[in-house]
Amino acid sequence: MTGLALRRTLQAVVVLFGVAVATFALVHLVPGDPIRLAMGTRFDQATYEALRERAGLDQPLATQFFTWIGSALTGDLGVSFRSGDPVTLLILERLPATLSLAVASIIVALLIAIPLGTASAMKPRSFLDGAGTVLSQIGISVPEFWMGIMLILVFAGWLGWFPASGYVPFSDDPLGWLRSLVLPAVTTGLVSGSVLTRFTRSSVLEALSADHVRTARAKGLGPRAVLNWHVLRNALLPLVTVTGVQLAYLLSGVVVVEIVFAWPGLGQLALQSVQSRDYPVLQGAVLLFAFVFLVLNLVVDLLYSKLDPRISS
Amino acid sequence: MSVLEVNDLRVQMDTARGTAHIVNGLDYSVSPGETVAVVGESGSGKSVSVMALLGLLPGHARVTGTAEFDGKNLLAMSEPQLRTVRGNGIGMVFQDPMTSLNPVLTIGRQLTEGLLAHRSASSKKAARERAAELLADVGLPDPKAALDRYPHELSGGMRQRVVIAIALAGNPKLLIADEATTALDVTVQAQILELVAGLQSEHGTGVVWITHDLGVVAGIADRVLVMYGGRCIEDGSVDEVFENPAHPYTRGLLGSLPALHEADGEDLVAIGGTPPPPTDLPQGCVFWPRCPVRADARCETEQPPLVGIGGTHRAATFYPGVPA
Amino acid sequence: MTTVPNEGAVPNVKTTVRPRSNGFLDGLKLLLKSPPALFGAVVFVVVLVMAVFDDQLAPTGANEVDIQNRLLAPGAGHWFGTDDLGRDILSRVILGAKVSLQVGVVAVGFSLVVGTLVGLFAGYYGRWVDTVLMRLMDVLFAFPAMLLAIAVIAILGPGTTNAMIAIGITYTPVFARVTRSSVLSVRESVYVRASRSIGSSDLRLLFRHVLPNAAPPIIVQTSVSLAFAVLAEAALSFVGLGTQPPDPSWGRMLSEGREFIDLAWWIAVFPGLAIVLLVLAFNLLGDGLRDVLDPQQRSALQAGRRTWGRRRK
Repeated sequence: MTGLALRRTLQAVVVLFGVAVATFALVHLVPGDPIRLAMGTRFDQATYEALRERAGLDQPLATQFFTWIGSALTGDLGVSFRSGDPVTLLILERLPATLSLAVASIIVALLIAIPLGTASAMKPRSFLDGAGTVLSQIGISVPEFWMGIMLILVFAGWLGWFPASGYVPFSDDPLGWLRSLVLPAVTTGLVSGSVLTRFTRSSVLEALSADHVRTARAKGLGPRAVLNWHVLRNALLPLVTVTGVQLAYLLSGVVVVEIVFAWPGLGQLALQSVQSRDYPVLQGAVLLFAFVFLVLNLVVDLLYSKLDPRISS
Repeated sequence: MSVLEVNDLRVQMDTARGTAHIVNGLDYSVSPGETVAVVGESGSGKSVSVMALLGLLPGHARVTGTAEFDGKNLLAMSEPQLRTVRGNGIGMVFQDPMTSLNPVLTIGRQLTEGLLAHRSASSKKAARERAAELLADVGLPDPKAALDRYPHELSGGMRQRVVIAIALAGNPKLLIADEATTALDVTVQAQILELVAGLQSEHGTGVVWITHDLGVVAGIADRVLVMYGGRCIEDGSVDEVFENPAHPYTRGLLGSLPALHEADGEDLVAIGGTPPPPTDLPQGCVFWPRCPVRADARCETEQPPLVGIGGTHRAATFYPGVPA
Repeated sequence: MTTVPNEGAVPNVKTTVRPRSNGFLDGLKLLLKSPPALFGAVVFVVVLVMAVFDDQLAPTGANEVDIQNRLLAPGAGHWFGTDDLGRDILSRVILGAKVSLQVGVVAVGFSLVVGTLVGLFAGYYGRWVDTVLMRLMDVLFAFPAMLLAIAVIAILGPGTTNAMIAIGITYTPVFARVTRSSVLSVRESVYVRASRSIGSSDLRLLFRHVLPNAAPPIIVQTSVSLAFAVLAEAALSFVGLGTQPPDPSWGRMLSEGREFIDLAWWIAVFPGLAIVLLVLAFNLLGDGLRDVLDPQQRSALQAGRRTWGRRRK
């Protein structure tokens, strides 16, 4: 590994550790005794104490922390207080839903952003540019859950083209999976797409006025060649970073969208675990999100440095 | 038979502050093997005048006049026609080698794409070979390896050599260099000038060299054209102009050069003031507001025409040669 | 002409240099010259007025239940219709403005103060101070924003005030980063070094010289963060963790409206539009501020040339 990669990875590990500490602290600051809550009306002291001991809650906090970290490194994130299922399993169950939504959303977002952003930058101040700018301004101002509700109203309610909510696993029914994916993906895709459009536009605009574009034209290259090789090739590079960030955000399961579409993803899981004080699940989910975020950032940085020759040497 | 003949070139652009008359009636010609230097301050229109020749100005620029190259008028050509001339019949070298090259493409790629676009090479392999030849011609050490390098791996001087190689890739009849050595340090400058002079004599290329550096002019030019306010206010052979500068502006430029022979105790003559904005050109002589001579009311209202004053020397002033 | 505009080929057309207008008032006038920014400012003022004079402007109170007139479509008497309890939607929208603005302003105020201080010290002192502070910010940043806010609310309990704190904490790292990078570029400037050489105390230097010059990006970020804060408050209220009933909050109204979406679309649409407008206003103001505060863009604006979209990150 090169020096740069090593340094960045080390940094990421340090931050990850910090995140683990913070997560643990945060979770344990949440008031309410989880065991008591899980037991509810069937409470009796003896079982309570036994359960507490089994969950390791009678140990000092530091011990609990390191035990948790230790087993987390081996993939064991503990057991849910509510259901008794292993946390890892619960997370894996929800992964396909979140993953399909995240990937679909990014695809939608890029399909919007790259053409629109590029076209806007190439004809600045034209009608297309103006419309595109207005739309992307609105796109980043719209709350995703409202967008979802509106889309459901129109496309599921009035037009009936797509289901109003629910996730159909691919293995059950591929076509149904696709149909159930459309509205939620478009919802988050439009918002992410607006962010990416603005970025693409400014990136391409900057690339267009670069000196080397002038050189390329003076060489006698045709407009297509100039665009592809001297404008886009340079402008889309920073887009990689921004897309990575968006993807990381989407992978943490956009909670509100999952609620609107009753999408059984990780965001919903996290919310439920907060509401039911299900420590292990909450810890596990948050740790996973942070991990994914950091890894994705790292990957994006390293990818970028590979793609941009100026950095790799 | 001249390589390039420019007649009454005018360039106008609309700006928020009115119409900018950037180039106002430029005439000159370049013969094969000849180097014509175009001298002027920033804003005198020199860069715009050459960009106009190759159709590299933005769409809202209005260009009139004629520019005969290889028997055809460049200014009347369509875009596809111009593309066959760019990088082929006419090569251009721009100022800043740091930014003239695309940082994410290899040197080889930036050379071969031009060759392939103009069908100067029949295959990628042939193009690469030709590219290595070109790099060797411009004096790059280890040309084969350089093909796979990126611009940031080379020094400024090396990069400019690459840019020159790209400009010469199509065996052009005319090379246009716009402040090509301004961003380089003095020793490298000298090398580049030598390189171009050598290549020129080898291939008989005509060169238009735009600069504000009179030292460069003295070094490599055969003829010089002084621009001010979008017009040519003096031109002639380098000897004619340098020895007998006629226009007060030229005299000012030459006078403001610190020379080693300060024996006569001549003061450094700096030219006060700044050039007029292209949107707001003076009615009469374009240099009138800054002119230290100003002996006649005619200067204020009438534009002095470009008249011959001996040999090939021309000047646009009512008082050629009058000391300031 | 070809489709690839070559803005880079335009030489520096020398125009007369206008004296740089300083002063807050000139900046303000310039800001308001651009239609989008003007629109943003107007909307902001309207919402401000709604928030301040809410009781006078709203035709009815927030919770005037009127079962007889429940689920009325928009029409005379009830311009935005009524909800399932017969409450007037228009009044609730007007009254909800205060909450949105309050939470936005307080939350951003918090992150502005804390984040800027962190960024200031990290950027100025550098080395280990920088490393420690920014790693802390990284840890905070690694949590998905929504989840962090939810976790904080879970600790503190739901409610408007806690929402302010939660959102404030979430956006602190952004301000820290922006301030830090701004400080880094100002730190090495000549006058700072000159000031330091004559022995100005560090704190004095920081606040008198560094901060004012590092300010522009922070100001822009404030506007942008206000936009996000309003969205965040709406999201939290939507999931029931923000403003609690019976206080009206646009986000809450959306969640209430969701149930009745097929029967009464207006319950969800109008509060949503309100959110979009306010957030859009902040975003447009942010863009306008960016143009005014970036010296290059500003002189272009003053010269009457609108160089659209040359936005630097």
